[in-house]
Amino acid sequence: MSFARALRCRECHREYPLQPLYVCEFCFGSLEVAYDYQALARATSREKIAQGPLSMWRYRDFLPLEGEVVDMNAGFTPLLKADNLGGVLGLKGLYIKNDCVNPTYSFKDRVVSLAVSKAREFGFDTVACASTGNLANAVAAHAAKARMKAFIFIPADLEKGKIVGTAIYRPTLVAVEGNYDEVNRLCGELAERYPWAFVNINIRPYYSEGSKTLAYEVAEQLGWRAPDHCIVPAASGSLYTKVWKGLHELSSLGLIGEVKTRMHLAQPLGCAPIVQAFQRGDKRVKPVRPQTLAKSLAMGNPADGVYALRVLRESGGGVAATPDEEIVEGMMLLAETEGIFAETAGGVVIAGLRSLAQAGAIAPGETVIAYITGAGPKTVEAVEDKIVQAITIKPTVASFEQSLGAKLREETPHG
Amino acid sequence: MAKRRVMFTFPTELVTEPIIYNLGMQFMVVTNIRRADVTEDRGWVILELEGKEGDIEKGLAWVISKGVKVDRVTGDVVEG
Repeated sequence: MSFARALRCRECHREYPLQPLYVCEFCFGSLEVAYDYQALARATSREKIAQGPLSMWRYRDFLPLEGEVVDMNAGFTPLLKADNLGGVLGLKGLYIKNDCVNPTYSFKDRVVSLAVSKAREFGFDTVACASTGNLANAVAAHAAKARMKAFIFIPADLEKGKIVGTAIYRPTLVAVEGNYDEVNRLCGELAERYPWAFVNINIRPYYSEGSKTLAYEVAEQLGWRAPDHCIVPAASGSLYTKVWKGLHELSSLGLIGEVKTRMHLAQPLGCAPIVQAFQRGDKRVKPVRPQTLAKSLAMGNPADGVYALRVLRESGGGVAATPDEEIVEGMMLLAETEGIFAETAGGVVIAGLRSLAQAGAIAPGETVIAYITGAGPKTVEAVEDKIVQAITIKPTVASFEQSLGAKLREETPHG
Repeated sequence: MAKRRVMFTFPTELVTEPIIYNLGMQFMVVTNIRRADVTEDRGWVILELEGKEGDIEKGLAWVISKGVKVDRVTGDVVEG
């Protein structure tokens, strides 16, 4: 049983029934799931959660689902103490929340597992999304698992590697010839025209709740406490706001103490509308035209930008906008120190963390969580010409020793 | 009749111009403002447009040509 009570407008607070709705008919504000927290407090406990499955679904009581789960074991990913990277950055309490290891290698499996489950509960037989990568992978995979039809819309100029990771699940894959704005507009119109569950449009209020599990897990993995700092990448800003919501839910339910977490937000400089609005002191985000290597963060008109700005102000968090070349440096630094190959969004987080640490925003002993939300093999083109190149040799010892020369001086051969 | 929900963002030089009035008058589009924030140097308006599809398209093209930024109310939908 779910403790979700209603959908509520985030602007005017009007309430709506738990249906596939996403926008307030009165003020066009976005809708969010509201819960009966008193009933939830009576039903949940640390012990009950600990007995649950080793996936995001151990927090099922906190999610708006009545029906059966479309379960690919998303979530409950490792929280790794990052001593090597922490040493470089001067942060003794640094942890990496490694969401690369989800079923389709990004945190989108969390939101999509919930969205596809909810779509099936609502009686839809078709799910859909518009995506340049991670979301498409997750929707296609979960639709396959749920035996539902899937329509996936991608920009026609998308790299082949990203198409394969979706096409393998055999959805109906539609490549849209048009610029980014045209693809956005088309998919918005299609969502109103066809009786499909567009996961991030008409199912969005439910979908986005899946991100809260990234806060629950971190709190549980830290021994039921909130961290001092989180640094979260932002595209729409939804994940960032939901981590904050998740921590506060745990606190209000008495599962953790007071939340004093400072929520830091990281964007690529080529698409940083939330960072720029915060720096200007604006309460509203001015849309931009994205131009960045970090395609998974390229949302020029972020749906939750205004709410992310509120969390930044409430939590006392900082912001970082990283140019493309430093994004790659961030990816390489994470790989070389912690052995984690993250996608470009991970580079944005690590580079952002470095600049916040250098600015003194984080004290050396404080607990910091860096959210790494997607795996690097999806975006190899970002780094392929910047990483070490293989040394090609003939299949002889002489060729090996001649080619490696200086590198072998410190090595002593046997005999 | 078609409906479209949009957000207009006005640059400083257009804040004093009656863009929404002219959109209604010149293109036979019914404009229904739901939320707005306009100061002396910038402004945004969230509104619903109702009219013939072609008239809405032409009207929005005119609004864009005047220098107003037109976006979806609910943000971008193409996710990474």
